[in-house]
Amino acid sequence: MSHMDQYQQHHPGQYNQVCTAHSSAGTEPCWPGQRTRSPRRKWQLFPGRNRFYCDGRLMMARQAGVFYLTLGLILLTTGLFFTFDCPFLASNLSPAIPAVGGVLFVFVMGMLFRASFTDPGVLPRATPDEAADLERQIESSGCSRPPPRTREVLINGQTVKLKYCFTCKIFRPPRASHCSLCDNCVERFDHHCPWVGNCVGRRNYRFFYLFIVSLSFLTVFILAFVITHLIIRSNRTGFLSALKDSPARYPFTLAVCFFSVWSIVGLSGFHTYLISSNQTTNEDIKGSWSTKRGKENSNPYSYGNIQTNCCAALCGPLPPRSVTQLTPAGPNTVHVLAFDPLRFGFTLQLCKRTKDLYVTKLRPAVITHVSCVSRQELPYSTGEALRQFGLPLAV
Amino acid sequence: MAETHSLQDMRQQAAVAAKVFIQRDYTKGTVCQFQTKFPSELETRIDKQQFEETVQTLNNLYAEAEKLGSQSYVEGCLACLTAYTIFLCMETHYEKVLKKIAKYIQEQNDKIYAPRGLLLTDPIERGLRVIEVTIFEDRSLTR
Repeated sequence: MSHMDQYQQHHPGQYNQVCTAHSSAGTEPCWPGQRTRSPRRKWQLFPGRNRFYCDGRLMMARQAGVFYLTLGLILLTTGLFFTFDCPFLASNLSPAIPAVGGVLFVFVMGMLFRASFTDPGVLPRATPDEAADLERQIESSGCSRPPPRTREVLINGQTVKLKYCFTCKIFRPPRASHCSLCDNCVERFDHHCPWVGNCVGRRNYRFFYLFIVSLSFLTVFILAFVITHLIIRSNRTGFLSALKDSPARYPFTLAVCFFSVWSIVGLSGFHTYLISSNQTTNEDIKGSWSTKRGKENSNPYSYGNIQTNCCAALCGPLPPRSVTQLTPAGPNTVHVLAFDPLRFGFTLQLCKRTKDLYVTKLRPAVITHVSCVSRQELPYSTGEALRQFGLPLAV
Repeated sequence: MAETHSLQDMRQQAAVAAKVFIQRDYTKGTVCQFQTKFPSELETRIDKQQFEETVQTLNNLYAEAEKLGSQSYVEGCLACLTAYTIFLCMETHYEKVLKKIAKYIQEQNDKIYAPRGLLLTDPIERGLRVIEVTIFEDRSLTR
């Protein structure tokens, strides 16, 4: 471990930090301008092809060009609607129309951002020890060359094959799949959506679904009221003079809305079907649970009825991220183990605020790895102990 | 009077002998459950029943986190109505249970596993894929 080597270079009594970060990616990137005191974040060592914003809180795929197109189209169409149609409709029909439009627009944008920036449920890659352990198991089990890299599991009476991912060095859990664009294994992988600029998986599927549903409503809403506006105007002043009022926008708005209605409403319908049968796009395309494969083939993940399937997909519990957590890479509480003849020792706890490591209590222990130790927090006897073990203390 | 030990001695005593990985049990579907089968490498270190009890408690806690019940539905609907902004001030049920699990693992390590030269790693650090049990070399004269 590199931190042990660093130990020998430091003089006791001087404030120093030994990095506890261990990365499965191998080389640790050096970020310019980073204070040497601040611990490395997990997302900075992330091996997949993703981009991170706001200190790891937001996560997207690398190619985000189409996402900006989506954003632009929605903003432009809605902007044109509010600028040109809403004043007329508010005064002639009802002020509720722009209000409802506004609420829909805010909801659509919110869901789009959530779908785009939420970690879809990326599985962290195997640590070197884990990968070696799995390799050993694979080698020992197979007698043919090359050894089979699949595992069979019985789930609710259905045999499911778990495949080995060569990039992530793990056996993929059921329903997980490896996204070649983002180079990650994603839990409950649905598909990679370029329009949203991210994979759609376990953690952001409901946002994606709500996005397309609300966008269908918004598109239909805008289309309906643009046409209403045109009809009302035509009734009063005739069709051609109604068109004269900013005519350039009509081809754009109508084309976008018309195209969107067919594609997005269709997509919403498709995903509604998927949710009600508890399938992913990936499974549907491959026909994993189709009865055409065999009479006994059925979806082992379905809860049996539509209501439970829908509730589970949309209102079920949302698991937190495993990869891009904001805590420093490494355990917060360093546990140390009991080996006599060291008659006393300590538990070291990391203070999340100041990122200092504090000694909290005495117990027989051996230090496995240490970050930095602040002298003020140590009771005298513990300080003595640390000094005798040659551990550095802050001045 | 404390005995003095150099850092070199300590480092040798802290050597990792092996790591055992408790894999996931997928027989109930995608719910997070770990296999309760007792690994052979731990036979000399810990009681089979004790270990199985730890894993079973963890399984129960994870099942509680992922449970589909009225509480999770209410939370989901409320979150949807507030456009998920409610999670800026409130923790999800899953996060609360994960904190409970972290505390439980720490407690188990303190009381049972550390004195035996073992260390459990919280599965969330490995993406809920495995429970990593680190076995340290036991060169102690007493205990």
